[in-house]
Amino acid sequence: MHPIRKKRLTIVLFLIAGIALAVGLTTYALRQNINLFYDPTQIAAGEAPVDVRIRAGGMVKEGSVVRDPGSLKVEFQVTDFNQSVPVQYEGILPDLFAEGQGVVAMGRLDENGRFVADQVLAKHDENYMPPEVADSLKKNGSMGQAGETVEAATN
Amino acid sequence: MYPELGQLALILALLLAVLLSVVPLVGSITGRDNLQAFARPLASGQFVFIALAFGILTHAFMTDDFSVAYVANNSNSMLPWYFKFSAVWGGHEGSLLLWILMLSGWTLAVAIFSRRLPAEMISQVLSVLGMVGVGFLLFIIITSNPFDRLLPNVPADGTDLNPLLQDFGLIVHPPMLYMGYVGFSVAFAFAIAALINGRLDAAWARWSRPWTTVAWSFLSVGIALGSWWAYYELGWGGWWFWDPVENASLMPWLSGTALMHTLAVTEKRGVFKSWTVLLAIVTFALSLLGTFLVRSGVLTSVHAFASDPERGVFLLALLGITMFASLALYAFRAPVVHVRASYGGLSREVFLLLNNVLLVSATLLVAIGTLYPLVLDYLELGKLSIGEPFFNTTFTPLAVATALLLGAGIFSRWKKTDGGWLARKLLWPLAISVIASTVVILGYGSFKPWALVGVFSAMWIAVATFWDLWEKSDSRKGRVHGLKRQSRSYYGMILGHLGLAITIAGATVVSNYGVERDVRMVPGDTATVGDYQFVFRDIGQRQGANFTAQYGSFDVVLDGKRIAELHPEKRQYPVGMSVMTEADIDAGLFRDIFVAIGERLDDQAWAIRLQYKPLVRWLWLGALFMAAGGFMAISDRRYRIRSRADQKAEAKSAPTSSEDPAGAVS
Repeated sequence: MHPIRKKRLTIVLFLIAGIALAVGLTTYALRQNINLFYDPTQIAAGEAPVDVRIRAGGMVKEGSVVRDPGSLKVEFQVTDFNQSVPVQYEGILPDLFAEGQGVVAMGRLDENGRFVADQVLAKHDENYMPPEVADSLKKNGSMGQAGETVEAATN
Repeated sequence: MYPELGQLALILALLLAVLLSVVPLVGSITGRDNLQAFARPLASGQFVFIALAFGILTHAFMTDDFSVAYVANNSNSMLPWYFKFSAVWGGHEGSLLLWILMLSGWTLAVAIFSRRLPAEMISQVLSVLGMVGVGFLLFIIITSNPFDRLLPNVPADGTDLNPLLQDFGLIVHPPMLYMGYVGFSVAFAFAIAALINGRLDAAWARWSRPWTTVAWSFLSVGIALGSWWAYYELGWGGWWFWDPVENASLMPWLSGTALMHTLAVTEKRGVFKSWTVLLAIVTFALSLLGTFLVRSGVLTSVHAFASDPERGVFLLALLGITMFASLALYAFRAPVVHVRASYGGLSREVFLLLNNVLLVSATLLVAIGTLYPLVLDYLELGKLSIGEPFFNTTFTPLAVATALLLGAGIFSRWKKTDGGWLARKLLWPLAISVIASTVVILGYGSFKPWALVGVFSAMWIAVATFWDLWEKSDSRKGRVHGLKRQSRSYYGMILGHLGLAITIAGATVVSNYGVERDVRMVPGDTATVGDYQFVFRDIGQRQGANFTAQYGSFDVVLDGKRIAELHPEKRQYPVGMSVMTEADIDAGLFRDIFVAIGERLDDQAWAIRLQYKPLVRWLWLGALFMAAGGFMAISDRRYRIRSRADQKAEAKSAPTSSEDPAGAVS
């Protein structure tokens, strides 16, 4: 083969190998690490898989936060004003976590329908509502209510 | 009165940018020198008016002019002056103004420091930069005017700057990052100019190199500052979250790193030209993509100020036009350029090609992980997130492969490297790295395979780099003479590679051997983290300039001796009704001790986060090394002397110069 062609062939083969490697790794890792979002209504209806890492979100129900007196364990209800899901978490809650505020939690559902969270997000801005939460509230027609709750919490 | 002048200045800058993007380009194509002569004055004029607009906005902040909507939304009269100053870029409009200021600054720098370039080249480069300027000036004037007024109902006071941003980090992180992002526009402009005039040669690569290296150095520092800021302010001790906004800055950094290396090959050996041009275009496109992701409001994060859909559409259109136009130009012009060199299987060219394959794969991977959920969401195919595990499992192998390749590549030679010779060369560095990394790992306690791989990668790069330096500096006139004889660009490379090794070592050790504990504590309690005891002495109140704080006091005890006293805070900002956690850190070269106060649990008890972070500083120290390497490399005298020699050569052999000596080897 002509040396230049050979060279080009090497380059192309390298590129293909690199891309194949990247695509392979990516699809493998993607399959393992996609975290789907479920709202409380979906979870209550049994649509969410048990013992798979998922995200769940909604508003923290007023008066539902219960702390364990001896540790950092905490339980609260997350609601979309239609259904609620009990959430269990151990650790430090974010600064903006409060009853009546929107949160997104990462974790797994156990057999009893309880959401065991390893991460709770209530991000950055006091007016912020996680977009998933806002969407699912809108879908369930309770946005107005949620909006008021947010207002009440920030004023 | 002033704000209107600011807007007028922006409009004048836009007019100058339009002229800059047309007049010199037309001049260069039609060969009319009098039109080309406008390039430099127009570039200067554009900078002056944008700087004026920026100065006026700064003045509005410093004098608390709350009739300006942007000031009222992002400042407050109680804010200390340095935060009023940095609040100029604390919101959407101002940060864009900073972006444009940087762009016009880079344009001006090109105009000033490229006096030795052929007039045709410089006219085209400045015109392309002018086009980018037009796009962004239109964007700011049409969708994001920072000088909009709140008249006649001027608020008595501003709604305050987001407390997260009231930090030293805001003063330094955005300007550094933008210097990097925007700096790649110069490499892009050189690439486009080279495509227009068909002069894709070694000289072109040599002109682009220093600009690319400087931009890359700034971006490295910018990303490191962002990571450091997240670590002590937002992240509760985390330093990288694979958050879309972080990825947005990592993508141009990765492809910019690839570009820097392939530019070296193009300059030295005259090959990979088409690929280099493509990378220059892609790198700038990724900078624009980063700006789009962060500024359009498609992401909800601390960086996304705006959720005005008009802005997102405009930025996306800007990105689309830039990509389409430059790739179309590439498609038409790139095949003109022929590869005329040969190189063997293990040559330095091949090592650098592999480096590019790995870096581009890594870029692609980050892009997929970042954009996939956004695209799916946009198409309403479901909401999902791709978390850290995805990036960790896919990115780490590529990083390790890059490191292994780097160590071997240092010894490789241009054109051809003998495989057996290279293997013998690598034997000792390999042995030393394996032993040294095992010792380090065991020194940190438990044996973890990934920790060994990571530390080995770092050690391998460092040992190979020093080994090479030792061999190269061997001289009959003594070691000192040998060291002095090495060029600055060689030392730049050494610093850059050592920087990478330092960052890899830091990332590996802190991820594998860091200890983090969240505990419930009442004053008087003691908690143990690793070898350290934390004594919670008490918690009280403190009054700050524009906040009140719960002020904790902790003693850190090691082997019965008190080594540090830490005061983490929980701050309440009354104006914006927000709460901030202010961690306190005992920083050290080999370890950080970190305390942050979480929420109050009852009358007495608090949630407390305690952390031991070994080598965490190395993450950012490595980035400083890399940036220092970049600046060292561009100070190399060959950029000055050889460019003069170039001119002479060009004077002799006029237009048909798309070949270079290195290209004639085959």
